[in-house]
Amino acid sequence: MSRALRELIEAGPVTPAALDAFLAGRQVPMVEGGTVTFLYRGEADAVYLQHWIYGLPAAVPFTRLDGTDLWYLAQEIPVRSRVEYKLEVQEGDRSRLIRDPLNPLLAHDPFGANSVCQGADYRPPRWAEPDPESRPGRVETLRIDSAALGRSEEVGLYLPARFRPTRRYPLLVVHDGFDYLRYAALQTVLDNLIHRNEVAGMIVALTQSRDRLREYAADERHARFLVEELVPRLERDYPLAAGPAQRGLMGASFGAVASLATAWRHPGCFGRLLLQSGSFAFTDIGPSRRGPAFEPVVEFVNAFRARPAAVAERVFVSCGVYESLIYENRSIVPLLQRTGMQVRYVEAHDGHNWENWRDRLREGLSYLFPGPLWMIYE
Amino acid sequence: MPFVALLGPQRFTPTLGEAVRSLGIEGRLASVTAGWQEREAEDLELHEHLGERTVNLQLYARGEDVAERDPELAAAHRERQAELRELQGLYRLRLAAAMEACAALERSSAPERLREREIEAALEEIRRLDAHHFERVTEIDEAFERSIRPGERPQVARHRRAVARLLDRTEAVAIAGGHVAILLNRLRTFGLDGELGRRPVLAWSAGAMAVSERIVLFHDAPPQGSGAPEVLGAGLGLVRGLVPLPHARRRLELGDAGRVARFARRFAPALAVAMDDGCRLEIRPDGWRASPGLWSLTSTGAVLPLDAA
Repeated sequence: MSRALRELIEAGPVTPAALDAFLAGRQVPMVEGGTVTFLYRGEADAVYLQHWIYGLPAAVPFTRLDGTDLWYLAQEIPVRSRVEYKLEVQEGDRSRLIRDPLNPLLAHDPFGANSVCQGADYRPPRWAEPDPESRPGRVETLRIDSAALGRSEEVGLYLPARFRPTRRYPLLVVHDGFDYLRYAALQTVLDNLIHRNEVAGMIVALTQSRDRLREYAADERHARFLVEELVPRLERDYPLAAGPAQRGLMGASFGAVASLATAWRHPGCFGRLLLQSGSFAFTDIGPSRRGPAFEPVVEFVNAFRARPAAVAERVFVSCGVYESLIYENRSIVPLLQRTGMQVRYVEAHDGHNWENWRDRLREGLSYLFPGPLWMIYE
Repeated sequence: MPFVALLGPQRFTPTLGEAVRSLGIEGRLASVTAGWQEREAEDLELHEHLGERTVNLQLYARGEDVAERDPELAAAHRERQAELRELQGLYRLRLAAAMEACAALERSSAPERLREREIEAALEEIRRLDAHHFERVTEIDEAFERSIRPGERPQVARHRRAVARLLDRTEAVAIAGGHVAILLNRLRTFGLDGELGRRPVLAWSAGAMAVSERIVLFHDAPPQGSGAPEVLGAGLGLVRGLVPLPHARRRLELGDAGRVARFARRFAPALAVAMDDGCRLEIRPDGWRASPGLWSLTSTGAVLPLDAA
């Protein structure tokens, strides 16, 4: 329990007015080193913390402070952690899953928003925030009639600031690209990192599947779309540098599977892979317990594990230690390394979410596509 | 030594015009924006800032032209650059180990009277390594000059003559920043190293680094690597005895006394000078004059106004 809350309790009967004063202007949850105290105020029969930290019980109960409507929960959260959560409030038969009313910090994703607990020493990266000094790039959209997918596909295209048709740029293809823009501030991140010369000026293709659980699950048609349709079209219409070292694939979760599987099906095409929290499910024996959507993924990962191959030159892998996928990611890294590829692996005290993926972009992109930081002084 | 003015970064606080006026330069100025590479010609802002008195020497474009017309020179240049990149990588490996040794000594809990001499010895090792690398780079550059003789090749000679004619019609030279190695290469290729000593030079950012005697690359918090400053090689040597550090507040952790002290001691007796936006350092044969916004990194770890250092 936080020191401040303990002092409040020890000071005597906690009146509603004392609680009002206690909470006024206070940052909630309260972070003291590795201990975080969550608070909820209101009538309820029970309150639980829903946190998606793999390894802890899914719903951790709060304790009611006697004689008050204040609920609290002291939870060990290691320093530099970032945890997304909701509160489950039970009243009679009714249970509500809500964002923390006392905490203004939110993280958004395609399903809505979660409250965010920033553990001790966690700081959101400044390079992910708009910087007035950075020259902005722009995002165009183009349509590609895909025979492989059997439909017309919209693709976003990020062009860096000061884009020049006479210059040659590396290409990065991003799975769930529009989600990366919305939830991981990808455009701001690219603008800033390119402006700071930490990352090479690059063209970024943003793909967004309408059926990602199928198409990103090591689907041959998706790989064909990227390699035989998207890349040739971009090479025709945009000034792209040649060679695998100048081409990369990136994705998170199933998007990471799609990236690795595409490189595996078409070795030598993409020399750079950025794989975040990859859903690299596998089995040693028997069926996977992760459900039918994972079946093609398991088939692919098992095949890759049986015959690991150098499918690119350089690979950046990241995963949150609070994800269930940490086991699969830790398992695949030695396999990737054994093939002779250059592999950088990074773990974070975070979960399976967009801000975790955002926070790793600087390290990943600068490893795969380093900019001329040391040489340019403008 | 010719008259040289080193200016702070110009993007947000352009002070070049004011410097030109206060120095009494009334004629035309040759501008060098080769560090901007393919954006070299996008110098309208600079041109207008100087009252439309600039003549861009177009050294980057001249380099591209030579590369196209003299493939043998272009191939030799690429080979040398590849060699220099490899060498820089090898230097970086040795440097990382030497810097870590120094940092470990600084962290040591041994009594200061014992520790200090060991730290000084470790710094001396780093200075020797820097000097060795400087020599190796110079050797490669000199071998290139001897075997290829770029200045005597017709395409380069033609451009050199054109540049010399342009320079004859100007009173001073303004050298902008950008990519420091490319800028330096173009300045040398087209004979500016010989020409600059005859007229006032105003230089900023990478331009300020290029006219110094030894180019030091720096960034304390790069996304990859340890951030140990690296010697790139010799500059044009118009300015001696100091290491210009443009954008230092953005690139260096000036509040970290340990890093500051290590930087200052490593490159002593040269003064490491952090240059804020808007500053001006005038270097004349009889001494130098520093405006506010120039800071000296000192061996105690303090960052002091240059005048007080």
